[in-house]
Amino acid sequence: MWIYEKKLQYPVRVSATDLRMAKFLFAQYGGPDSELSAGVRYLTQRYTMPISEAKGLLTDIGTEELAHWEIIATLIYKLVKGKSPEELEKAGLGAHFAQHDTALYPHDAAGVPWTAAYIQVTGDPITDLYEDMAAEQKARTTYEHLIRLTDDPGIKDALSFLRQREVNHFQRFGEALRRVQEYLDGKKYY
Amino acid sequence: MHEYQYKLLRDIMALDFTILELALYLDTHPRDKKALKDHNEYVRERKKLKEIYEEKYGPLTLAETSEYPWRYIADPWPWEIKY
Repeated sequence: MWIYEKKLQYPVRVSATDLRMAKFLFAQYGGPDSELSAGVRYLTQRYTMPISEAKGLLTDIGTEELAHWEIIATLIYKLVKGKSPEELEKAGLGAHFAQHDTALYPHDAAGVPWTAAYIQVTGDPITDLYEDMAAEQKARTTYEHLIRLTDDPGIKDALSFLRQREVNHFQRFGEALRRVQEYLDGKKYY
Repeated sequence: MHEYQYKLLRDIMALDFTILELALYLDTHPRDKKALKDHNEYVRERKKLKEIYEEKYGPLTLAETSEYPWRYIADPWPWEIKY
């Protein structure tokens, strides 16, 4: 089960509304390497992990990804607040407005809706953990692209925090992978 | 949001982050005594701060007692706060 806590994991500050950046940030809200993909990927993989370390880590990182999803949502929410349909259209968000107003529908930076096809859950713990490590690197790269697209110190700060989390998660998944490998090797030579 | 409320919330957020980071480490290093000791200390500190915050400004989670009327839904919600 889950319990909601009424706070963000990291404070989100923006200098001003910015529709251009809001559009780009959808990459991490509903794109292939988004926080949503990360959360769903880890929280579905955890059931078939063979050792408690990996079950725990996927549960806890999966849950943290949902908190990151909330941070990205907060960034977009603040960046589009009070903007008119005309302004949205000029920034390339006219189609978004037609279907969703300024609501936070999960799609990528180009408007492509989120799909479970972005993730994989194979039931093979080695395969799944390698996918997770690759996913953390892909998200890190996306954050680096996004940081290069803005001068807003508040956006940069939040994105830098999220970028660093990808690095830390990659480290932890690598450790879990080694533990699972040891466990599987131990079983073979019993 | 009142300045003191914000300070308390920020302190809780910082402690929660520390606790999470130690917990992820402990997930893959469950026998690291130093990390476990640090984790437990931060958890105790967080409990104290959370109690002070919720007494003054209402519950952060729904499993807390509330004065009348139900204070959990009091504005602002996390995405509305001017950090």
